Amino acid sequence: MFELLGIPPQVLMGQLLLGLINGSFYAVLSLGLAVIFGLLNIINFSHGAQYMLGAFVAWMLLEYLGINYWWALILVPVIVGATGIVLEKLALRRLYHLDHLYGLLLTFGVALIIQGLFRNYYGISGLPYNIPDQLSGGQNLGFMFLPNYRGWVVVASVIVCFGTWFVIEKTRLGAYLRAATENPTLVGAFGINVPLMIMLTYGFGVALAGFAGVLAAPIYSVNPNMGADLIIVVFAVVVIGGMGSIMGAIVTGFGLGVIEGLTKVFYPAGSAVVIFVIMAIVLMIKPEGLFGRNN
Amino acid sequence: MKKTVLGALTVASFGLPAMAQDSIDVTLGVLNDRSGVYADLSGEGSVVAARMAVADFGAADKSMNVEVISADHQNKPDIASNIARQWYDQDGVDAILDVPTSSTALAVADITAQANKILIDSGAGSTALTGEQCQPTTIHWTYDTAALAKGTGGAVTERGDAKWFFLTADYAFGHSLEEETMKIVENSGGEVVGSVRHPFPATDFSSFLLQAQASGADVIGLANAGGDTVNAIKQAAEFGVTQSGQALAALLMFITDVHALGAETAQGLVLTEAFYWDHDDDTRAWSARFEEQFGSKPTMVHAGVYSGTMHYLRAVEATGSTDGDVVAEWMKANSFDDPLFGEGYVRKDGRVIHDMHLYEVKSPDESTGEWDLYNHVSTISGEDAFLPMEGSGCAFANEG
Repeated sequence: MFELLGIPPQVLMGQLLLGLINGSFYAVLSLGLAVIFGLLNIINFSHGAQYMLGAFVAWMLLEYLGINYWWALILVPVIVGATGIVLEKLALRRLYHLDHLYGLLLTFGVALIIQGLFRNYYGISGLPYNIPDQLSGGQNLGFMFLPNYRGWVVVASVIVCFGTWFVIEKTRLGAYLRAATENPTLVGAFGINVPLMIMLTYGFGVALAGFAGVLAAPIYSVNPNMGADLIIVVFAVVVIGGMGSIMGAIVTGFGLGVIEGLTKVFYPAGSAVVIFVIMAIVLMIKPEGLFGRNN
Repeated sequence: MKKTVLGALTVASFGLPAMAQDSIDVTLGVLNDRSGVYADLSGEGSVVAARMAVADFGAADKSMNVEVISADHQNKPDIASNIARQWYDQDGVDAILDVPTSSTALAVADITAQANKILIDSGAGSTALTGEQCQPTTIHWTYDTAALAKGTGGAVTERGDAKWFFLTADYAFGHSLEEETMKIVENSGGEVVGSVRHPFPATDFSSFLLQAQASGADVIGLANAGGDTVNAIKQAAEFGVTQSGQALAALLMFITDVHALGAETAQGLVLTEAFYWDHDDDTRAWSARFEEQFGSKPTMVHAGVYSGTMHYLRAVEATGSTDGDVVAEWMKANSFDDPLFGEGYVRKDGRVIHDMHLYEVKSPDESTGEWDLYNHVSTISGEDAFLPMEGSGCAFANEG
């Protein structure tokens, strides 16, 4: 077995890179949650189910319509985002004036229903989805074999994360959004359609989950429980980063991926809990999260 | 889930009265995972298999009134125990079938013995069922971890892949599978160069696979199950584990798992099963009928439920009794020749001895359909595959 100081630098480099790859999923998923919470004050517990939906829709597009991975990467977020918009319009909208808990319960219930339906129709074992030909194979980096697809996951995640951060923090549209969260009545008085903007924002957050689902389909088992397993960890990431903080979600997503990856080498048995231990420590020292604002 | 039980019980209670005087009432309870990780390999398919057995046995013509009911134990021993008690005490169940996951199976085995009924286990793998925690009324039909370790571990080591690295799920089942296989590997002249225990369940295996790659092992033994195995194999293909000359050995894998991976990813994997639908004419004919009713091909667990139910019904017919000890004694005294498992018998400790088979997953070029997945490699006779009764720790069987 590996000892603490007996780890050759190559192995360490490999694990750091793997951590970064896993962190990409955490980052994209927690970003979606952070956008939804930060701008809508909804704790979106169906995020895991929507991530699963992304992977399944990608599989369906390929299986039933012959639409390949690259088109799925564009179409799936649109389709999954649209289901989010329907959910917002029909149900979530009615809960904004109530306590956070109601939104949490609703989205949790929706998640259970979606997962149950897919379990009923597609079973629990999962479905195959192959890596696209253009990205199969890998590079020998000397210290490890890097599958091309994993490299692509990191690149795609960084682009999406940075793009989202830029739109919300640096553009006029983002400024409207943030203003609408602070004071919807006033922003509405300037002639901006606030309910529409909120609806589209929820749709966008959900689309991010769908996007992560497509990224995950070729490497993780496409099964109805894939999101349920991941969502708890992602919530911990959001709490550590600071609820609603966009940059916090991105940075902690990548960072915790790396920490978790290193734990798998030094103490594998602890890798399932390390993120929660960090969460407990952060909550004790800085309850608003690493990047959170103290209200 | 509660509804399933209630609904099923209503059916059962309607079936109980209104019999002719000399007919026998038999109620069979299929207790398994209907919503979780093992729902595909056991679940409703096992209920379908049990109903097929009742119909094929011709129970109605033999003035036997057989009902099949079912419930979801959610892989939790406490839930399984409660349902088993209720079934035996209040609902007139005579035998419980299937019961995947070892912890639930062991709990139900004890309750079954106390109630003097019969447990015919198909889905669970622990050797303890017919070892240290054996019961006179337990019949363990389909497979156990020792047979899997013997089949896959022995075959792979003898093929020349002598250095093993284990990727083990960090709970009782994973530990015992790892331990059983290590014994086989070392006895066959192999060597264990390392192991890593991953949390259960796990999504990402890349880190562990990298450790396995660095270990210099010839073969990576996957001592896990279900979604963990599927994810590990999927990611091993991605990280070029097999291209770099290392082989993978899945120590517990069902055809539903291979189907989930697809032939492209799973090709070349070696695995041990008790039953494969495309084995011979008999299995093909039965599997075609099963598929008609259920919608997909049967797993070995489904097949085990069918054959176990058949043998049980033969015992009830012959003895005219549903008393646990009487039926168990008949089942152990009479061997069977079964269309799905071939010739076999129930050993005194409850272990069913039948042939096991080593299969290799086909390449996509060889595979002609989504379920056309295995090439037969070899057959391991029942006596070789399962642990000998002596020294198994089963007290009543070894008393003499």
